[in-house]
Amino acid sequence: MFTNRRAFLRTAALATAAITTAALAACGTDEGGDTTTPVTADQVQAALDKGGSITVWAWEPTLKQVVTAFEAKYPKVKVNLVNAGTGNDQYTALQNAIAAGSGVPDVAQVEYYALPQFALGKSLTDLAAFGSGELDGTFTPGPWSSVKTGGGTFGLPMDSGPMALFYNKEVFDKHKIEVPTTWDEYAAAAKKLHAADPKAYITNDTGDAGFTTSLIWQAGGKPFAVDGTNVKLNLADEGSTKFATTWQTMISNKLLAPVGSWSDGWYKGLGDGSIATLVIGAWMPANLESGVPGGKGKWRVAPMPQWTAGANAAAENGGSSLAIPKAGANNALGYAFLKYATAGEGVKIRVDAGAFPATNAELKSAAFLGKEFPYFGGQKANEIFAKSAADVVPGWSYLPFQVYANSIFNDTVGQAYVTDKPLADGLKAWQEASAKYGKEQGFTVG
Amino acid sequence: MTVLAPPTISRTGQADRGRPRRRRSWTGWAFVGPFMAVFAFVFVAPIAYAIYLSVFRTRLIGGTSFVGLDNYQQVFTDPQFWSGTWRVTLFLLVQVPIMLFLALLVALAIDSGRLYGKAFFRVAVFMPYAVPAVVATLMWGFMYGSRFGLIGNINDAFGVSLPDPLSPDLVLASIGNIVTWEFVGYNMLIFYSALQVVPRSLYEAAELDGASQLQVIRSIKLPAIRGALLIATIFSIIGSFQLFCEPVILQSLAPNAITTYFTPNMYAYSLSFSGQQYNYSATVAIVMGILTMIVAYAVQLRGTRKDR
Repeated sequence: MFTNRRAFLRTAALATAAITTAALAACGTDEGGDTTTPVTADQVQAALDKGGSITVWAWEPTLKQVVTAFEAKYPKVKVNLVNAGTGNDQYTALQNAIAAGSGVPDVAQVEYYALPQFALGKSLTDLAAFGSGELDGTFTPGPWSSVKTGGGTFGLPMDSGPMALFYNKEVFDKHKIEVPTTWDEYAAAAKKLHAADPKAYITNDTGDAGFTTSLIWQAGGKPFAVDGTNVKLNLADEGSTKFATTWQTMISNKLLAPVGSWSDGWYKGLGDGSIATLVIGAWMPANLESGVPGGKGKWRVAPMPQWTAGANAAAENGGSSLAIPKAGANNALGYAFLKYATAGEGVKIRVDAGAFPATNAELKSAAFLGKEFPYFGGQKANEIFAKSAADVVPGWSYLPFQVYANSIFNDTVGQAYVTDKPLADGLKAWQEASAKYGKEQGFTVG
Repeated sequence: MTVLAPPTISRTGQADRGRPRRRRSWTGWAFVGPFMAVFAFVFVAPIAYAIYLSVFRTRLIGGTSFVGLDNYQQVFTDPQFWSGTWRVTLFLLVQVPIMLFLALLVALAIDSGRLYGKAFFRVAVFMPYAVPAVVATLMWGFMYGSRFGLIGNINDAFGVSLPDPLSPDLVLASIGNIVTWEFVGYNMLIFYSALQVVPRSLYEAAELDGASQLQVIRSIKLPAIRGALLIATIFSIIGSFQLFCEPVILQSLAPNAITTYFTPNMYAYSLSFSGQQYNYSATVAIVMGILTMIVAYAVQLRGTRKDR
């Protein structure tokens, strides 16, 4: 019962803070306008020479090495790397810190789908003021266009997640299943596998907004159209329907392991063969190596199954940028770290540690493409990932309030996984609930 | 818990005001002052602030504006709020009677004096209350798991297929089971201590009159602990309406069965923390507080009326 009261008080306190900040922010806008004063490269260098300390909120594992190297290069700078949670947990913490106006980090990891929401809330610094324009051409087009949202550049791409099919070759060989190249083959393989071994599933899924939107993306769907504050939602377009139809058969035939991703059961299933494939972003290898050591040598990578036989379509799944919250204490130093980690020496350090880059130079380098993964039996997996990155279907856009929309995904679409409600109806309910929120937040929803 | 205060306060307050005073003395205030300051700071101020918040609306586009009672109007027609409220009401109607009945049974058994190892029994039943709700829920969550948990093990060992306790149809009952486990001991202790103060002479008199044990329970023990029963009921009503911790912890295990508006408290929490709708969240909290107050007060009125 104490938890309840505490939660209530916390809500009240935060709400208080939110109002105050809103009021203060309003004053600020009245006085100084909305433009950020430019910060030159010299000023950034001066900040580095002067030294100081910055706080970085990120959960990406390879940043640890980057911080060590950065501190070695600039001895006067101290970087506090804080893991404030993964994904939504961190966004909640960040939103609350920004609303409260205290404890805001200097640099924060923000996934591409979440960036528009923060940019729109005027919580992030437009990096154009720091001369981020000079980095044009440094990053691959997908991630670079993702950070350029709402008329500014609100982050620098740290990694990207072109999707691929990760499969447990041992399980496939044992049951003589071909590696699927289309989603229909994938569904057939799922049936065959589950029939051969009732404990084994082709994959796990308990309703995951990121996965669903990525598959709709690959199918050519464009359910979210955003133009400034005008938002259009259509989760019944052709691409969304393709996904809903195929995935409905997977759900109805109980071919999906009811295990949540990132749970203990998930790691266990990936290791013991009861979860045989994952269609997920190219950042997965580092997680497999650390989380599923028992799978070493058994797993392989293949291109994403296609919606149309013979096609080459791919989508992004996850992928993050590093951004600078406006309320951070040391923006100049923050930018120095940002550039170092995403476009400078930090990139190589991260790639060596198993991250998947968003920079053209690394993606095209022979050393990167030729890297053999012992975990995948010596397979040159980066070739597949790089091809997927090039095949990402253009024109996708997330909602400017995607973080909230994803938080209610299981209220709506998730129902299709545990009741008789059709998946298409779940998507429709998700669309309606998201549209309602958009309207409440002042968007023009069409 | 907050809702108990108003009736008591107003009653004592009226009594004080009714007394005529000759000379104004401030000495009393010096004693009450520190309490009043803390009370105002931690109790009155947050509520006043929540009320203040509830008449505004902050949007991503368009900023903050005064909306009067719009938020309240929205709560009363909000299907998600009412589905959560209905769920905790159902929980209240089913779980609370079961829990209180079990607690009463145990208290009477221990009080009967016929139980061997009475002290051990009392501690053992009370023990779950000492386990933090988060830990208790995690523990039960693992047992409920139909793949890797106890249920899964039973299914494997006996080749049966038990229904999944974390499915949408059963999850409320599963939470009820956890809450019952947690609070039977606590309520038992309330009943037991009330039973302890019943004069033993009454039992002797009953024995002389040839009353059976059941008659003793019905005619002496139950009437004697009516006050304790009432208190326990009111605590349980408030606890049910504020259900939060157990469903939140279980949500990670059953994301589709436990929605973000499963209980009114969870709804207020997700409105505020994922939706950034602080104003509406404050409104939901206030409306729920008032509802709880009304129900608890109604039960109290009914309970005391029977007393007369």
